[in-house]
Amino acid sequence: MNDNGMTKALITPLVGANPITVQILGICSALAITKTLATALIMSAAVIAVLTLSNSFISAIRHHMPRNVRLIIQITIICSLVIVVDQVLQAFAYGLAKQLSVFVGLIVTNCIILARAESFAMNNPVHLSTMDGLGNGLGYSWVLIVVGSIRELLGTGKLLGLVVLPTASQQGWFEPLAILLLPPSAFFIIGFLIWAIRSWHPAQVETSEFQTRPELEAGE
Amino acid sequence: MARDDHSGGSWWSRFRALPNDDPIKTMAMTVAVAFVGSVLVASSAILLKPLQIANKEAERRKHFDEIIRQLPGADDVLIADRIQVEARVVDLESGEYAVSIDPTRYDQRRAAKDPARSVKIPEKHDIAGLRNRERFAIVYLIRQAEQLRLMILPVRGRGFGSMLHGYLGLAGDGNTVVGLSFYEHGETPGLGSLIDAPGWKMQWRGKKVWDAGVLKLGVGSGRIEPGSEEARYQVDGLTGATWTGRGVTNLLHYWLGEHGFAPYLRKLRRQGG
Repeated sequence: MNDNGMTKALITPLVGANPITVQILGICSALAITKTLATALIMSAAVIAVLTLSNSFISAIRHHMPRNVRLIIQITIICSLVIVVDQVLQAFAYGLAKQLSVFVGLIVTNCIILARAESFAMNNPVHLSTMDGLGNGLGYSWVLIVVGSIRELLGTGKLLGLVVLPTASQQGWFEPLAILLLPPSAFFIIGFLIWAIRSWHPAQVETSEFQTRPELEAGE
Repeated sequence: MARDDHSGGSWWSRFRALPNDDPIKTMAMTVAVAFVGSVLVASSAILLKPLQIANKEAERRKHFDEIIRQLPGADDVLIADRIQVEARVVDLESGEYAVSIDPTRYDQRRAAKDPARSVKIPEKHDIAGLRNRERFAIVYLIRQAEQLRLMILPVRGRGFGSMLHGYLGLAGDGNTVVGLSFYEHGETPGLGSLIDAPGWKMQWRGKKVWDAGVLKLGVGSGRIEPGSEEARYQVDGLTGATWTGRGVTNLLHYWLGEHGFAPYLRKLRRQGG
């Protein structure tokens, strides 16, 4: 393979096949841990590490993967990596790991990771799979970071805990939008993001599954 | 399926040449992956343990200091002066100080798990879900000008599916809460984990424990109207975390009750600090 293939494996998941905005995977964690930018950043780093390593390990043994227990083996690899990442976070970023609590462990159940293992790493050589893992990790991360920044900035007037917009309660002018601190706000932001990306790349717009019956439209 | 086909040769190349669905290869691959995974997990857990323990200890200290800071009149000068914190070991059953035990060497959490140094709690008294309780507990006393200002008692109990470990700070009168802070728990993020929320924690400050000998301190249900009778003893309930709130009430009632620190607190009051 040439560099071209590697670049493509890295770039495609950023926008063109972004796991969150196009495949709509990994939404659960995107809602839960984007209240502040710091947690979004740590979660991103954790997912990038797990996804890149799991893709490369699984790709490395793909020719010897027993078909009938392959999901078990993939999950074993992913679980081991997640536990290691969790241990590292508890040792080096204890405060943030405490805020992320169960969501680090829940990376195991993040659909993106198993999806990339099954659909990509099982069929592609190690270097491409590694790039694909990294690319998908970055694609997941930038969405998380955007959502986290918007929520923390407009929800509290701060970024990474530093005051950017002085709030009214501290003699400033900014009135924080409390709704952004609640999980549903991440839904809205991701929704707007998907809308924006699909306006820019109309090819991503799916054909609607159902046609409205013409007589109903006429009746309106 | 791509497969290297080295016929003959060593057992390794014969093994590699086996079809992937061969039972022996399936078993061998599963065992190998499980082995590598467990080595990774075990070595990271062991190598990082010292750092994690240090983090937990720092967290415990932080929550401990937080209660001292909530002491009415505890300004920065007082904190900076590092008010003398006196650690004493208490025999929970008699309420007497156990002078033979060195508080700096005593590991209370380990003692609770050691059958020789703990007692089994009768089921009907075990409201905090502890099963066993250590015989001796460490209390931390802070005096100012010979007067007992604050005592910090270690408390723990079952919340919703996890053990809550924390400190309860009582003022010198033994009947007024200074603070309640949990340094370790695994409650549901966003619901039960709100026992860490500063706004909720601050509500404990100034609550009374007993009303004419009846233990009333605890978590209420729903919002507690300020100025009402309940507001003297109860803090707001946590929305969506009924069981966590109940767990907090239960553990307070256990540790302030006859099986917990009640004998000690009585003795302390009789001696006037």
